[in-house]
Amino acid sequence: MKGIEAFKELAPLLKNEPTVLANGYISREFFNVTDRKENFYMIGSMGLASSIGLGVALAQPQRKTLILDGDGNVLMAMGTLAMIASCAPKNLIHIVIDNEVYESTGKQRTLSHHIQLEEVAKSVGYKQALRVTRPEEIQPAYKKLYQAEGPVFLLIKVEPAFDSSQGRVTHTPEEIRDRFMESVAG
Amino acid sequence: MLSSKTFIEQLQGSGFNFFTGVPCSLLSGLIAELEADASLGYIPSVREDAGVGLCAGAYMGGKLPVLLMQNSGLGYSLNAFTSLNLIYKIPVLVIMSWRGCGGKDAPEHVIMGEINEQLLQTSGMEYAVLDESNSEQVLATALQKINVEKVPYTLLVKKGLFDERH
Repeated sequence: MKGIEAFKELAPLLKNEPTVLANGYISREFFNVTDRKENFYMIGSMGLASSIGLGVALAQPQRKTLILDGDGNVLMAMGTLAMIASCAPKNLIHIVIDNEVYESTGKQRTLSHHIQLEEVAKSVGYKQALRVTRPEEIQPAYKKLYQAEGPVFLLIKVEPAFDSSQGRVTHTPEEIRDRFMESVAG
Repeated sequence: MLSSKTFIEQLQGSGFNFFTGVPCSLLSGLIAELEADASLGYIPSVREDAGVGLCAGAYMGGKLPVLLMQNSGLGYSLNAFTSLNLIYKIPVLVIMSWRGCGGKDAPEHVIMGEINEQLLQTSGMEYAVLDESNSEQVLATALQKINVEKVPYTLLVKKGLFDERH
């Protein structure tokens, strides 16, 4: 499965949930599939999608909050998984697109070919952690986790297949912040 | 000396309502006071840059966050400050202990202590040195930077300003 296929499965299920997207191809590809004001596209600060998402979830406990993360980001900030499990926000869904490489810098390998990140999440105390490998598994898994008490974790295995001819996020960082904050407040 | 309890009351009075940090002995009294009041919801961060991310999310979710750290954490946080806070204009109040100030400290603190201010200046992180008589004034400045300019603001804390409890 390509990352874009995973995003095309996920996108129709999203409503108005604040969504923090990891830097690199995750932000770029999802932007091209569906640009929403609830999308916080992280363009730098690698590793921090999870902590930013945790902050949003804690500040807005009544709203389901999504993190659309990558394996490289998760591996860079594995301690943040412990913070998420410890704070235990019931409204947080942590989705990881795992392509086993740092794709935007040239497909250098991460460690997730050998490390099962959903097992790490489960071990630190996420309430549920699922792993899917086929497009048709994504929507049922997401719906199941959406109904569950968080924090929950969904790992989606994909192949590194980003189409680099796709454009970058066209909004400026301040525009991304403003519309995200308006959508959270509204 | 500045009372940890009084300073936290000043922070709350200024509207700050989200607290996280990575400890330093110079801030141990402050953190003990934050932990003593469960309603403040102090969150231990595992790394300083994770604290920066946490505060950024909390701010965008409607909170006014405070991040406590030792200046050793500035090194870990520089990329977060420069590629998140400063470009998206996401403010945070940073309370940073100034280990190695004046060159008299354990070896691991000496270099950062010496370059602490230069590093903040070079990276465009505005700051003030907190002392026992200027807290109201520097918090007023901090609120201006945070609410109007929407940039992070750092308060440097020297040894002996707050009571230490370790």
